[in-house]
Amino acid sequence: MVVDVTRLTAYDCRELLTSGQVSAVELTQAYLDRIAAVDDQVKAYLRVDAQGALAAAAAVDAKPLAERAPWEGVPIALKDILCTKGMETTCASRILKGYLPPYDATAVAKLREAGLIFLGKLNMDEFAMGSSTENSAFQVTRNPWDLERVPGGSSGGSAACVAAAEAPWALGTDTGGSIRQPASLCGVVGLKPTYGAVSRYGLIAFASSLDQIGPLTRNVRDAAALLDLIAGRDPRDSTSLGLPEPVGVPHREDLKGLRFGIIKELAGEVCEPGVRGVFAQAVRTMEALGAICEEVSLPSVERGLAAYYIIAPSEASSNLARFDGVRYGHRAAHSPDLYEMYVRTRSEGFGPEVKRRIMIGTYALSAGYYDAYYAQAQRTRTLIIREFAEAFGRFDFLISPTSPTVAFKVGERTADPLAMYRSDLCTIPVNLAALPGISLPAGFSAGLPVGLQIVGPHFSERTLLDAAYAVEQALRVEVVAPLQGAPGGPAKPVAPGGPGTPVGPAGREGAA
Amino acid sequence: MTVFADGWEAVIGLEIHVQLSTKTKMFCGCAVTFGEPPNTHVCPVCLGHPGVLPVINEKAVEYATLIALALNCRIPPRTVFHRKNYFYPDLPKAYQISQYDQPLGVDGHLEVELDDGSRFRVGITRVHMEEDAGKLIHAGGATGRIDGADYSLVDFNRGGTPLVEIVTEPDLRTPEQARVFLTQLRSLIQQLGVSDVNMEEGSLRCDANVSVRRPGAPFGTKTELKNMNSFRYLQRGLEAEIERQIALLQVGEVVVQETVHFDPASGTVSVLRSKEEAHDYRYFPEPDLPPIELDEAYVERLRASLPELPAARKKRLLEQYGLPAKDATTLAFNKLLGDYFEALAQATGDARTAANWVLGELSGYLNAAGLEVTQCPVSVERLAELIGLVQKGTISGKMAKEVFAEMAVTGKAAASIVQERGLTQISDAGELEAIVARVVAANPGPAEEFRQGREKVLAFFVGQVMKETRGQANPQVVNELLRQHLGSQGG
Repeated sequence: MVVDVTRLTAYDCRELLTSGQVSAVELTQAYLDRIAAVDDQVKAYLRVDAQGALAAAAAVDAKPLAERAPWEGVPIALKDILCTKGMETTCASRILKGYLPPYDATAVAKLREAGLIFLGKLNMDEFAMGSSTENSAFQVTRNPWDLERVPGGSSGGSAACVAAAEAPWALGTDTGGSIRQPASLCGVVGLKPTYGAVSRYGLIAFASSLDQIGPLTRNVRDAAALLDLIAGRDPRDSTSLGLPEPVGVPHREDLKGLRFGIIKELAGEVCEPGVRGVFAQAVRTMEALGAICEEVSLPSVERGLAAYYIIAPSEASSNLARFDGVRYGHRAAHSPDLYEMYVRTRSEGFGPEVKRRIMIGTYALSAGYYDAYYAQAQRTRTLIIREFAEAFGRFDFLISPTSPTVAFKVGERTADPLAMYRSDLCTIPVNLAALPGISLPAGFSAGLPVGLQIVGPHFSERTLLDAAYAVEQALRVEVVAPLQGAPGGPAKPVAPGGPGTPVGPAGREGAA
Repeated sequence: MTVFADGWEAVIGLEIHVQLSTKTKMFCGCAVTFGEPPNTHVCPVCLGHPGVLPVINEKAVEYATLIALALNCRIPPRTVFHRKNYFYPDLPKAYQISQYDQPLGVDGHLEVELDDGSRFRVGITRVHMEEDAGKLIHAGGATGRIDGADYSLVDFNRGGTPLVEIVTEPDLRTPEQARVFLTQLRSLIQQLGVSDVNMEEGSLRCDANVSVRRPGAPFGTKTELKNMNSFRYLQRGLEAEIERQIALLQVGEVVVQETVHFDPASGTVSVLRSKEEAHDYRYFPEPDLPPIELDEAYVERLRASLPELPAARKKRLLEQYGLPAKDATTLAFNKLLGDYFEALAQATGDARTAANWVLGELSGYLNAAGLEVTQCPVSVERLAELIGLVQKGTISGKMAKEVFAEMAVTGKAAASIVQERGLTQISDAGELEAIVARVVAANPGPAEEFRQGREKVLAFFVGQVMKETRGQANPQVVNELLRQHLGSQGG
């Protein structure tokens, strides 16, 4: 059977497999074909493991249907920051070129255990430092909605791959918005779980107190399912707690009685008009579902960006110190002494943005500066946590646009790091407060996707995804990019459930 | 003596590292080992692979808390791990997980007793937990250090071993005090059973901060003295460094704050400047580990479980067994020897004799053989049997020493050695009387001398009787019989 993967969610894949309509090998091959057809343009994958994926799929097919786990045989793609045993993992950095991890990240091990098929490893900003995936040492990933534009970052490969139907879903990581911002720019669903919901073991650390692994999917139900697959307390991660209960299948159809606070500081002038327009329309849709939406002020979130760019680089400067050429990864040849080996290895191995952040972090932690920078940033973080907690006393959820702008052009912000850093203005405070946040496709501005961010209290994933599901059903936004010239595409608009006309790019054109 | 040449006084503080004898490492499940083939007890975590995370070894926290409690520290309710950042090939993550401004234990002290019985108190600034680094082996080059080596090899077996660092106040005034303090600290930790505390194997390491001043003056500039891997070298290293500092100051020069290495071969200290020592460790709280909160009940449970510590044991040995102070000190501060003694005292019912054996023959043998008491081939039970033979009069004390020497070599029981060698003592007066009479009769000259009052001659007769009996006569019985015979003849 020929499978048109452009139409498929992960639940669809599962249904095709469990009903026996397609084999795992056929499904895997269909995705490999799609990758072969479009990835030359999108460049989402750093590595495709066709052989490994087909072998794993064949092993699934060899099992009787009745003996298979629910998600067995469903393909997935992984951000190259997640350690995969014996499968090259580089963080899109030259310093880890050729590195074969001796172990699986816990989230990866859980997916392997559940029988998912790994299609390959996805591009990203080097060590997750960036908002456009242009900081990859190897390639620039393109936004499937407009190949002249970036997919966002740092999980740009994950978002682009799902938007281009090169995998039904993918894992990304989010330190300051690295799942939600690219999800927003690529028009897919991206969830950053509560800090501690998912084990970080095997996630190559950027900023340990902020990093979380999460799903990038085509719809909310897939996000919920993937979260349930990877969440859980892990004895190998002392900062993990798991979720109080599984999320299950989101099913809420209205928002009656739910109070949503619109974060004033993140939804106003900081966002471009087109984004504000789509956001306003989304708010009206939510109100039509019975939601009570009111503006709320969280004054400290305006300092979130500054605090983040102290805390994250500080932790990174320490986390990335292990890449010293001694045990694995790149080592500069012919160094006259130890000091030169360190300097040359790291100078050759790291790209400019990584070096910039290592220098910022090293400076911020230095004797005499610690109190003025790191300690002060932590105090700001405490204020932000407190303001969110107070807001959740009045509201069930908080909302804002996910990104202040739509996808920007490749090269547009590379010369201006501060402009690039502002891409994560709306998402960073959520990481600082360790809260769960989801980005949903809310519509289009000038033909490009705009995301709606919904933030919940700690460990509220179940209710957050339930509310997100209701919003998604009402908004009905198309989530597969119409790649030109691709076999099997352009994608036909696929509603995430039930009849109706989904909102396509043209439908929101000029909505601002 | 607390004052050096020309009235200078030394001020010494110690930084001691103790390797804990947990089964597994501080932050991963690898076995803690010594002397295994290189890199055979390693995993992604202790090799610092990308993506790994540390998990605290609960037993190590328990052991460290026991040390802190035994050093009379206050245990704050919350203790935090920090990262100490620096590059070195034996440090896989390029940071050591250590503790900084919220250590496990603070404000402690240890009461120390010198050989002359005088006591002094050393303040304990802090007790904290951390992980050990790996070991480097440098090949080629003249210095044996990494600069100039042809290549260097790294063994990560030791990397991640749990360490406790103990920092003292600058309360020590002489190298001897420092040595005695460290010896008694070692005994204390040994008593806790949480470390091998072996300086040669590196499970006990000591660095010293030392400065000199005029008594009562503010502290002088200190240097950090390293590489003293025995108690003797600690004392000698400090002596050499104090002399060096005094010599500098005497000629109007200044002491520079730097690291000084002790060379055991020459007994001298040398300054080794190196760029790798100019560190800003950029400490910050370890984000991968939540703070540890030790509740009061946990701490109190551990406090209650503390074994008897050397000072208390000494007091008890004095009271319970009536030992001389010197013997009680030796046995109290040497846990294993003390344990042996108490078991032997129990088994024989004669503490004084047991102490004499343990501190005499047994210690002499162990020292000569270079053995720990736990390796002693003569068990408490076997030694008690031997002492029993003396108590019953079967053999003399002198014979017992010979038997002990053979027991230590052959591992045989005392009774079987006595039997094999026909060593049974003749204590029967009737049996001995004839021999005594014969000896006295055969030596009329000396007998006359004795009767004239020359007591010393008695020893001659005892010797003759022993010769006749091949040493098996009970000397006490022989003594009595000789006095009777020599006296009766004269009377």
